[in-house]
Amino acid sequence: MSTIVPAQPHLGEAGTVRAGMSDRPPAARRVSPWADVLFSALAHGAAWLTLALLAGILVSLVVGAAPAIREFGLGFLWTSEWDPVQNRYGGLVMIYGTLMTSFIALVIAVPVSFGIALFLTELSPAWLKRPLGTAIELLAAVPSIVYGMWGLLVFSPILARFVQQPLQSAFQGVPLLGPLFSGPPVGIGLLSAGIILAIMVIPFIASVMRDVFDVTPPMLKESAYALGSTTWEVVWRVVLPYTKTGVVGGIMLGLGRALGETMAVTFVIGNFNQLHSVSLFEAANSITSALANEFGEAAAGLHQASLIYLGLVLFVITFVVLAISKLLLQQLKKREGAAA
Amino acid sequence: MTTLQMLARITASLAIAAAAFAASAQDVTGAGATFPAPIYAKWADAYNKATGVRLNYQSIGSGAGIQQIRARTVDFGASDMPLADDVLAKDGLMQFPTVIGGVVPVVNIKDVAPGQLKLTGQVLGDIYLGKITKWNDPALAALNPGVALPAEAISPVRRADGSGTSFIFTNYLSKTNADWKAKVGEGTAVNWPTGAGGKGNEGVAAFVQRLPNSIGYVEYAYAKQNKMTYALLKNKDGNFVPPDADNFKAAAAGADWSRTFFQMLTDQPGKEAWPISGATFILVYKAPEKPVNVANALKFFDWAYANGDKMADDLEYVPLPAAVKDLVRKSWATNVKDPAGHAIAWK
Repeated sequence: MSTIVPAQPHLGEAGTVRAGMSDRPPAARRVSPWADVLFSALAHGAAWLTLALLAGILVSLVVGAAPAIREFGLGFLWTSEWDPVQNRYGGLVMIYGTLMTSFIALVIAVPVSFGIALFLTELSPAWLKRPLGTAIELLAAVPSIVYGMWGLLVFSPILARFVQQPLQSAFQGVPLLGPLFSGPPVGIGLLSAGIILAIMVIPFIASVMRDVFDVTPPMLKESAYALGSTTWEVVWRVVLPYTKTGVVGGIMLGLGRALGETMAVTFVIGNFNQLHSVSLFEAANSITSALANEFGEAAAGLHQASLIYLGLVLFVITFVVLAISKLLLQQLKKREGAAA
Repeated sequence: MTTLQMLARITASLAIAAAAFAASAQDVTGAGATFPAPIYAKWADAYNKATGVRLNYQSIGSGAGIQQIRARTVDFGASDMPLADDVLAKDGLMQFPTVIGGVVPVVNIKDVAPGQLKLTGQVLGDIYLGKITKWNDPALAALNPGVALPAEAISPVRRADGSGTSFIFTNYLSKTNADWKAKVGEGTAVNWPTGAGGKGNEGVAAFVQRLPNSIGYVEYAYAKQNKMTYALLKNKDGNFVPPDADNFKAAAAGADWSRTFFQMLTDQPGKEAWPISGATFILVYKAPEKPVNVANALKFFDWAYANGDKMADDLEYVPLPAAVKDLVRKSWATNVKDPAGHAIAWK
């Protein structure tokens, strides 16, 4: 756009409007020249402080985890034994639990959030938009421990009775799917944690999606409608391609929250450090839940170092997820260029 | 608000905070076990009213409490897990017990009333090992001839967080079930072979109340306040006893406190002794850098020994027997010294 516009249009215009005035910049700049310097220094400082904090956290995690890294090496990542009595630690159960619960959460949350955003931007009657949007944003303000308690006391009995038991009887003996639904149907485990996480991240993903859908220029949408597109075609072919950076960003925000969520997960995941089966009903553990539960009483030494090692692993997982999302976006842009 | 006003406000609030820190040289700080935190808080409140001295106790967990006292950031540490005598000697610490508590197995089985189910350490260990999986297992049926136990799977529940309660419980299982000792062992956190983990006593209590056919273990106070279905346990003398204050005291009486305060009260002899009892401990330096603070801490515990029994009873803790309290006071006099080598004045 900027290339079409003549090089210095407003300068010229301003010059004509301000005819007779001097070309000097506003006098305020001369009164407090230090303000610019100060502001610039503060802004720089804020940016660098964040980077320094990030580096500081990484360094202190590595230093804290050093004894465990020396002892277990990378084998920590695929060893499932977690035995504080024998001082042997492996993080596989927690890493698996973290990834699996977040995956379940996204599988549920992304389509639901998309539906919410689509409804709010395209289908909802005007009077409903504001109350519904506010209600969904309010969900994000509920403290996570409340979700945890609700999950344990209210949600998991319902899940056990009306979802797990029917699923179990339906898939009993079926290869591949059968083992996925085996185990005690008590409503505590990977599946409940994943669903609770989905409920927690939906408001984040949905409000980001709604906001970015809203910024799609009406001209684009109306042109598509004018050509006879259905609402679905408009959203799928026009709105979504236009807003994909924002949509992926919203999903990543939700994923980040799911990976890092602690209190709600610890209530419903069962905190079980054995990898007996691939069942979604089996009690499991996540990195954050293990940290929250065990850090207070962990003796200095290998136990604590292993917990910090787990924290480092989570840090790396988050970093990798972010990196992949950036790559994904780049790839999308490239493909666009090729198509055009 | 201008920047200047804001600065002024920040300075003012900092000054207030500094004043609060410097409030009183007599204040005592401690940190550690969560299990005795309610009674320490209650004692501290009463002590503050009686003497004006404040006690600041942070319930951050036994392991963290031991670390804090080693780092000398607090005047005393608190732990549910006693430190072995050689470890204490190496660190120059001394420990003493404050109150006694009990861990209670609780179950949720339809039509089984509190105190109806009888268990032994062997059977309890096998349940938590995953060897006994149904309530109608022959081993359970043999212990409970008159009780109709269902043919349902047992859901064991245990603590997910590291905890002194788990330490006492696993210590008991290690003493009474050889297989448990070999495969799992004892500790504030262990490699649980089975079971869902609840966070804190309240988490375990919630799980057990919600899951049919479950079994868990909680502090006595939780079992009593939530009116949970507790089980009777067979003690070392072969009697099935219910968990109550008298039976915790009987367990404490069976220990030989005169030799060392490193006493595990699990599986103690005694006709009435409850087998999963345990004391909670305080750690102080024998030669503290700030003798005045430690003297204040000891003054507080001396006062609590003398005046705190009723408060402990109210909160379902069991006070120490008088003879043990006297032993502790004697031990302070001989062990805790100021830099000049004199006994610290705590009276």
